[in-house]
Amino acid sequence: MNNLISMRDLSKAEILQIVEVAEKIESGKLKVNIPDKVAALLFFEPSTRTLFSFDTAVKRLGGKTLIMTGTGNTSVKKGETFADTLQTISQYSDIIIMRSPTEGAARYASEVVEIPVINAGDGANQHPTQALLDLYSIKKTQGTLENLKIGVVGDLKFGRTVHSLCQALGEFNPKFYFASPSHLKMPGYILDDLDDRKIDWHEDRNMETFIDELDILYVTRIQKERFADVEDYNKVKGSYVLKKDMLDDVKPNFKVLHPLPRVDEIHTDVDDTQYAYYFPQARNGVFTRQAIISILLGEV
Amino acid sequence: MKKMKVRQIENGTVIDHIAAGKALYIAQLLHLVESSLFVIGSNLQSSKFGKKDIIKIENYNLSDAEKHSIALISPTASFIQIQDFEVVSKERAHIPDVIEYLIVCPNHKCITNIEVMSSRFVINKNNMSVRCAYCEKKYTVDEVKFKRLI
Ligand SMILES: [Zn+2]
Repeated sequence: MNNLISMRDLSKAEILQIVEVAEKIESGKLKVNIPDKVAALLFFEPSTRTLFSFDTAVKRLGGKTLIMTGTGNTSVKKGETFADTLQTISQYSDIIIMRSPTEGAARYASEVVEIPVINAGDGANQHPTQALLDLYSIKKTQGTLENLKIGVVGDLKFGRTVHSLCQALGEFNPKFYFASPSHLKMPGYILDDLDDRKIDWHEDRNMETFIDELDILYVTRIQKERFADVEDYNKVKGSYVLKKDMLDDVKPNFKVLHPLPRVDEIHTDVDDTQYAYYFPQARNGVFTRQAIISILLGEV
Repeated sequence: MKKMKVRQIENGTVIDHIAAGKALYIAQLLHLVESSLFVIGSNLQSSKFGKKDIIKIENYNLSDAEKHSIALISPTASFIQIQDFEVVSKERAHIPDVIEYLIVCPNHKCITNIEVMSSRFVINKNNMSVRCAYCEKKYTVDEVKFKRLI
C-alpha cells in the first residue's frame, strides 16, 4: 500500500491489516515512534474534527505536523498550479494528508508527489479513513467483521460515509437494512453495486421494523438544506431520530455508531445506555489513523 | 430497402459497421467537417447488423486514440485501410480497459475539470459504462462527451 485514496483500492487483506495494526497500537502491543517524520496536513476545506484527529494521530506516533488550511479550489494562490504546490510541500514532509472539496484531488496528488498521500475527504467522493475507523469500531464491538446485520439510517443519498461503509463492508458478507426519507434513499448505483456483489439488503421507511435484528445501527444526520420545504423537513425528521425507548428489545451486542457531529438524530437519552458507541468511535479514529500512517511510512 | 453504394476512395480509411445514426457524431469528433474529404453513408443495409452507418475518408489514417473513441461510441465499428482502391488492412474496433485523455468527465467538481491534466476512465465492457479514475463517478458512454480530436 503506497497511498490511501479510496476504499475501492483496498483488498480485504489490506483492510484487515489496518484493523489489526490499529488494535495493536491501541493495546500498546505495537509501538511506532517516528520523531523524524513530518506530516503535511493540507485542508483545503475546513473540517476541524478530521484535522484534529489526524494531528493527534501523528503526534501520538511522535511525529510532527505542518498544517495548511484554506478554502476554495486546489490551485492555491499566486497562480501556482496545484501540482507545483504539492511538489513543493512534498519536499518538506514525509506524508501528505489532504482534504479538498474537489473530487479526485487526492488521487491526483498521489500521482504528482513521491511521498504517500492519505485522502482525508475529497468532496462527495471518498473519505476512506472514516470508513476504516467505522470498520475498526465494528470489529472492536462485535469481535468480527463477518456476517453482521448493519442498519443504516438518515440521509443515505448524499451521505458519503455510508456509501464508503457499504463498499468497505461488502467483503464481509453483511446484511444491510436501510431507512431514510423517500427522497434521500440509497442511490441506485450503490444498490446495483451491492446486487452485483450478491449482498443482501432491505429497505424500509423506518428503523423500528428492523432495529431488534441488528448488530450495528449507523445513524447519519439529515440536513435541513436537503429539503425544498421546511415543512417537509419537519414532517420527516422525527421519524429518523433514535430514542432510548426504541432500544428495549435490541440484541445485547447491539451498538449505535454515528460519524459526528450529531444534531438531534440521536436523542441524548441514548448516550447513557450501553449501546451508545459514537464517542468511543471518534477515539478509534485516532488509532485507525495511527495505523494507516504507520503502514504508509513503512514502519509496520 | 435497396442497397446503396458509397463512392469508392483511392487512398484513406473506411470506418464500417458504425451503429446507425452515430456517423455524424464521429465525423464531428474527427473534425472531418473542417478538414478532410469524406463521405458519410447513413442507415445502409448491413447483413450483420440490420442498419449501419459508414464513413469514408480520403487520405487519412486514424490514430489509436481516434480508434478508441470510435470504439466506445460504436463498438461494432471496423476500420479498413485503402491504398490504390485496394483494401490493405481491416481491423475491428477494440475497446481498451482504460482510456486516457479522450473523455471529458461530466462532474464539474472533478479535479480533471479544474486542473490542466489528462482524464482517465476505466471501461466496463459488460455494460459499456465508464468510471472516472479521479472522482470515481460512473457514466454510460452516452452520458459523457469526448474531447474533439486534433
Ligand atoms: Zn471525474
